[in-house]
Amino acid sequence: MLKIENLHASVEDKTILRGINLEVKAGEVHAIMGPNGSGKSTLASVIAGKEEYEVDNGSIVLEGEDIGELEADERAHKGVFLSFQYPVEIPGVTVTNFMKTAINETRKAKGLPEMPANEMLKLIREKSELLEIDRKFLSRSLNEGFSGGEKKRNEIFQMAMLEPKLAILDETDSGLDIDALRIVANGVNKLRSKDNATIVITHYQRLLDYIVPDYVHVLYNGRIVKSGGKELAHELEEKGYDWIKEEVSA
Amino acid sequence: MELKEKLLSSFLAFENQVDVDTYVHDIRSKAIKTFENKGFPNKKDEAWKYTSLNKILKEDYSVFSKEENNLDYNDVKKYLIHDIDSYKIIFIDGKYSSHLSETTHDGMDVCLMSAALTKPKYRLVIENYFNKIAKDDSLAALNTAFSQEGAFINIPKNKLAEKPIQVIHFSTGKESSLMLQPRNLIVVGENSHVQIIERHQSLTSNPVLTNSVTEIFASKRAIVDYYKVQNDKQNASLIDNTYINQKQQSHVSVHTFSFGGKLTRNNLNFYQNGERIDSTLKGVTIIGDKQHVDHNTLVHHIEPNCESHQDYKGIFGDSATGVFNGKVVVEKEAQKTNAFQANNNILVSDKASINTKPQLEIFADDVKCSHGCTIGQLDESAMFYLRSRGIPEKEAKALLMYAFANNVLESVKIPELKKRINKLIANKLGVNIGFDL
Repeated sequence: MLKIENLHASVEDKTILRGINLEVKAGEVHAIMGPNGSGKSTLASVIAGKEEYEVDNGSIVLEGEDIGELEADERAHKGVFLSFQYPVEIPGVTVTNFMKTAINETRKAKGLPEMPANEMLKLIREKSELLEIDRKFLSRSLNEGFSGGEKKRNEIFQMAMLEPKLAILDETDSGLDIDALRIVANGVNKLRSKDNATIVITHYQRLLDYIVPDYVHVLYNGRIVKSGGKELAHELEEKGYDWIKEEVSA
Repeated sequence: MELKEKLLSSFLAFENQVDVDTYVHDIRSKAIKTFENKGFPNKKDEAWKYTSLNKILKEDYSVFSKEENNLDYNDVKKYLIHDIDSYKIIFIDGKYSSHLSETTHDGMDVCLMSAALTKPKYRLVIENYFNKIAKDDSLAALNTAFSQEGAFINIPKNKLAEKPIQVIHFSTGKESSLMLQPRNLIVVGENSHVQIIERHQSLTSNPVLTNSVTEIFASKRAIVDYYKVQNDKQNASLIDNTYINQKQQSHVSVHTFSFGGKLTRNNLNFYQNGERIDSTLKGVTIIGDKQHVDHNTLVHHIEPNCESHQDYKGIFGDSATGVFNGKVVVEKEAQKTNAFQANNNILVSDKASINTKPQLEIFADDVKCSHGCTIGQLDESAMFYLRSRGIPEKEAKALLMYAFANNVLESVKIPELKKRINKLIANKLGVNIGFDL
């Protein structure tokens, strides 16, 4: 599904990623953990195609195609989805209109006709139920005045609507109370299939009790310094990140 | 011959051509003298510092259309809100088109200025209202001197105009270049309510200059909603002079949608003569190329307990230029005034520019007045957010610009008009997305 090789990336001449290697196969869930400032969110943004980030070296290959030079919207059309750590508030654009535009632009890019309005409404209804989203919420301006939990549920709702091949969840658990966390995780789990893959970026192990990863990677100083199974997350929860730092500098 | 000389020398011929009623004749004669003395405004006038008429005044305009021209309804219906029932007062090259229009005298007058100026039964209305609030400046005076045709809307008290009135001026391009001077008079009686849509539309690339004057009188508790749709061809320019006199507890709103034309100047003046009056001035400007739009507004708070709300949004691309000059005067007697003014702008290109200037003159001490203007660019993090969901750059920009203008559109009370404006905005931004669901 996704193969990242020797990825180096910088922002404003400051190198952040220093040689990432990562392979994610269809049907898998990978967790990326690491201390603050290790480059987790940068990795998410670089995969999604944020313009400010410069890829200095290496490649990002999705299903055999190098997507490193594509625009963010073109990557989305190929099936990349990023759930934002801080979803942007856009007053004046309703959730529904936003989703409708996103879906139809994606269909257009694939040479498909616009989705008929009744089908769209049905899809919206179905997916909003999955995330336990109130219908009134859909006619509100995108993220404007949403609580932390509403924003994250809205992210996963968008993911459910767009059915990406590769979903990257960037700190989706931050700012969530336990009920919202359960709803969000439940949504993600229901969307999992043998044909798609998920990368969960998180600082804490908590989310991984709900979305259980197949692999856990530790990102430190722009590199993946340790990989393991889900037990690695528990080890990090118990011992913190210092021992990793020591191991790396040793 | 310079345009000024041409207009002055045409005046006598013009007066011979129309029925000379001495009352109106005196007003016209005085007005042409005012224009002769003042001439066209230039950049030395403070109010015209950022808008130069020089280029557009250089054209060799015909000052009247020589012939009656016709248009087929099917060719021009796209410029009307044609999917609603409405009264229509339609002019072609300055002359009334009876076959495109739908007027009435049933319980109210929705008809022609030429009739109002000449027929004895309108004499009293003309004496009471005609040229009573139009300013004595050069362009309004010029229009007054040549005032002959336009819309005359006279609504008696306690009348709800059950359908909107569309006033549309077409120019066909039969003349190689044409100057038009429509004159509108709108009198709305106590407790009455009317909605009006005004549009000036050139149909060719031949130069057109329209210098329009509209006087609106809103009596006690009257409600007037006025919409100006400005989406004209690249060689068409418009100077719109609108004057509104409000009596107590009346509500008047003017929405101005400026999406096109070469040069557009909106002189919009509100005078509040009564208590508990509400005045709303809103505008969306979206222009590109070398287009120029200038909003020059005045709200004159004269009596206590009144409100005014101004909200203008501008989006400027390419080498487009914009001006916003918003003046609010609060007289000493006008205590408890609430006056709000906002002018927010987005510059989409490095070459585009906007000059924005609020002017507050407050002589009362117990008032709430606020003003704010901003000039910015599109938010990059919002752009990435939209694009990461598969929305391409152009569409993402359009969506953000629409969102920016949206709160001005929310107060449009005619749904079909709102739909049309949405479509015009999508066209203007070069995208094919529906902004509504």
